[in-house]
Amino acid sequence: MPSSPHFKWIYRAYVVVFFVFLISPLVAAGAFAFNDSLFPSLPWRGFTLDWFFGPAEPKLGLIHDDRLLRGMGNSLYIGLVVSALAVAAGTTNAFLFERKSFPLKGVLYILMIVPLVIPGVILGIAILLFASMVANFADRQLGLFITWLRPGIPLIVLGQVSFLTTITTLVIAARLKKFDIALEEAALNLGASRLRVLLTVTLPYLFPALFSAFIVAFLVSFENFNTTMILVGSDAPLTVTMYDRMVKVGSTPVLNAVSVVLMLGSGLLALASVLIQRPSKTA
Amino acid sequence: MYDLSCSGLTKRFGPFTAVSDVSLDIPSGSFFSILGPSGCGKTTLMRMIAGFESPSEGDIKIKGESVVATPPNKRNVKMVFQHLALFPMMSVGENIAYGLRCRGEKRGAIGAKVAGILDRVGLPGTEDKRIDQLSGGQKQRIAIARCMVLEPDVLLLDEPLGALDLKLREHMKIELKLLQNQFETTFLYITHDQSEALVMSDQVAVMNAGRFEQIGSPKELYDAPVSGFVAGFVGDSNCLTGTIATVDGADARVRLDDGGELIGRVADRSGPGDAVEVFLRPEALSLGAGGATTLPGTVDSLLFNGANSRVLVKLATGQMLEVADPAQSGGGAVGDTVTVSFQPERARVFARRGA
Amino acid sequence: MMGRDAGRLSLILLFMPFALWIGLLIVLPQLGIGYVSLREKVGINQYEFGFKNYADFISEPIYRNTLLRTAWMSILVTALALIAGFPVAYYIAKIAKTRSRAALFLMCLIPLWVSDLVRAYGWIVLLRETGVISTALVSIGLISQPIEMLYTDMTVIIGLVYTVILFMIVPLVSTLQGMDDALLEAGYNLGGSRFTVFRRIIVPYAMPGIVAGSIITFMLTAGSYLTPVLLGGKNSSWFTEQIYNQFITRYNWEAGATFGVLLLLFTSLVVWLGLLLTGQSLATTVAKD
Repeated sequence: MPSSPHFKWIYRAYVVVFFVFLISPLVAAGAFAFNDSLFPSLPWRGFTLDWFFGPAEPKLGLIHDDRLLRGMGNSLYIGLVVSALAVAAGTTNAFLFERKSFPLKGVLYILMIVPLVIPGVILGIAILLFASMVANFADRQLGLFITWLRPGIPLIVLGQVSFLTTITTLVIAARLKKFDIALEEAALNLGASRLRVLLTVTLPYLFPALFSAFIVAFLVSFENFNTTMILVGSDAPLTVTMYDRMVKVGSTPVLNAVSVVLMLGSGLLALASVLIQRPSKTA
Repeated sequence: MYDLSCSGLTKRFGPFTAVSDVSLDIPSGSFFSILGPSGCGKTTLMRMIAGFESPSEGDIKIKGESVVATPPNKRNVKMVFQHLALFPMMSVGENIAYGLRCRGEKRGAIGAKVAGILDRVGLPGTEDKRIDQLSGGQKQRIAIARCMVLEPDVLLLDEPLGALDLKLREHMKIELKLLQNQFETTFLYITHDQSEALVMSDQVAVMNAGRFEQIGSPKELYDAPVSGFVAGFVGDSNCLTGTIATVDGADARVRLDDGGELIGRVADRSGPGDAVEVFLRPEALSLGAGGATTLPGTVDSLLFNGANSRVLVKLATGQMLEVADPAQSGGGAVGDTVTVSFQPERARVFARRGA
Repeated sequence: MMGRDAGRLSLILLFMPFALWIGLLIVLPQLGIGYVSLREKVGINQYEFGFKNYADFISEPIYRNTLLRTAWMSILVTALALIAGFPVAYYIAKIAKTRSRAALFLMCLIPLWVSDLVRAYGWIVLLRETGVISTALVSIGLISQPIEMLYTDMTVIIGLVYTVILFMIVPLVSTLQGMDDALLEAGYNLGGSRFTVFRRIIVPYAMPGIVAGSIITFMLTAGSYLTPVLLGGKNSSWFTEQIYNQFITRYNWEAGATFGVLLLLFTSLVVWLGLLLTGQSLATTVAKD
């Protein structure tokens, strides 16, 4: 491609500036976790790990901050349940749309994608309203108190599953689409039962996609705020706890410490999902 | 008794008939090919035999037993897939052991059988290799070994050489034939490549538009095709169109559409006034006088290809004829006036297709 | 290949989870907000049905203006993300060498793995009056007084572009990677200038990616909450904030549902118009990655 050195130089500089822009807030959020100061701001007062391990106020470290830890525990629990459900539903959806033909398939496929483009707030309020309507109906007409239909962890799980299933379906379906159906036929031809074909050929082939889908779902669930905020009950997950702290209490570097932990955690998980998607080159 | 026989086999997909009233009997231990252009129904036929499609009508018998109601994983017919379908997540050994494991054989016995079959296909000790470490020819042999280790009644091969490059394909043709001899198993081979079918097979069925046109040995198909389709599809031919003027015994005088006349042998029931096609093998033609029919023309170009060299002659009436020139004499220079001649029995006259 | 009954049974088994998910978690709840938006509370457990909630919305200029402002800013953010992201996507897909390509692409994805909250927090640390940039500028003498860079529209827009630009770059990269370099070479070979090649070859080729990226970016921006609220302050007048307020602060679910329906209709309208103008379809663009 013909291009003057001048143009090339400017172009490259732009890309560099862009990446600096991309990284700088993350670096800022991370760096001040190690600043020995009560506020996440300059000047730099020296390196400390107190915001991670500090045992007492005013520098109460992350591992002694019960509310943050409880939030983290809730997020972990929600994330695991949500990812398991979303991967399970995503797998059956992928088989449904890749392998089966049925009436109105095109319309239903669009419907399957739609949750991805509905704003998270609206998914949240829709689930909240619908669950309340069902709970009220059960209460009034049947005399049943269904507590899990009231704001709380079960509703957060439902709210997150509602849009994560679309993501997991797309990830798994993309890999299933590349699957050569002749492999299943070959296994059948060699005498395997249908269940055995699924367990020994199809699922092992899908495994990297299932794994990535699980990780993506877990990370998105862990970070989700918009849907979760509406559905939260007394057990707040980490994002909601952090948000409350940010707007109500005013921030201390412990939030930076949480940010560091989150970035490291999601970085490792992302790395794991990238590695498993790549075919192994060692014998 | 036949290893595999089909009778009146028909498969319809909605209004489309993919396979129409096909019958065949394959004797034990033979190499049988089905040759046809893509879309002729040969793959559907093979998938019915393997059990992946169920026939609309007709019966399939393996060793005399009907298998139409048997699911694909219970039929003792193994298949080498077009792109081989080796399991990429398993090693060579696991691929070969797969069928044995499904059968529930003992671990020790499986190991011995896998080693034994790898020995027979000439790849001993490759159990732990991954599939993507194998060359094209090695993959081919593993795919065959994976089936043969199960000692099938019939081995189906669905154009397994299609993905190989030309040189390797030539080599694998011979190797497949040798493997078949060695295993003494019935091979049913599907291909659109007539040279594969002719080189390897004991018997070839030529398939067109869902039907068998002819079943016979490669030599019969080449020398005595029963239809214009077979004559055109098997081997190289010049094809001239015309109308029968008169018939004298087996021979007919054909008036060519582009002008000129020739004498050829009627190979079907065509009579005077019928539109026909005349098939002339390049090696049936010679340059110079001496045949019952002589056609004047000029040398258009020389196509050098070693022992398969040809001379392209443009007839005075405008048609092009390929004439075999095994001696690579060249028949003179481009633009020379020549005469193409042949004997009537080498010109096969068939009713025109689609007429 | 399979018995007809077995085929039907497996279809039903596979259809069940889909139907439960899409029915109970998407369709019925969405119908639910539509239903609630049409009712008005007149007493305890007493409701009247009508368009009063919508009439209230239209007669209240604050709500109306917030929705319009959200829409305009979202369109602006989408356009900025496209302009800023395209050169980067092109660099990753076409100019970078194979090895650095994967690394650059992963680097692009890093913020994706980090919560909105952390990203917005990072900006706060950088931009507030006592923040890094302000302090740094004072210490090198460029400004004499610390300046507050938070709580302006400019900051909100930069923060939003930052939050959503990855969703623009990823589809662009995957579309551009499919483009054969020979197309460009042919374009130059036939005498095209850099600009004509860009306009006549690259942009049309990248169109599905541009549309997909724009849809996702627009929807994410219009539906975002944290970035405008944290960077724009409590008076950032973002429409999702109104929805949260109605639900959480005022406990007025009817009005909140009405706002939800309006946001959904309004954003769908914009996406639909976008698809119409570019001649693309939802299934071929958004579902591709």
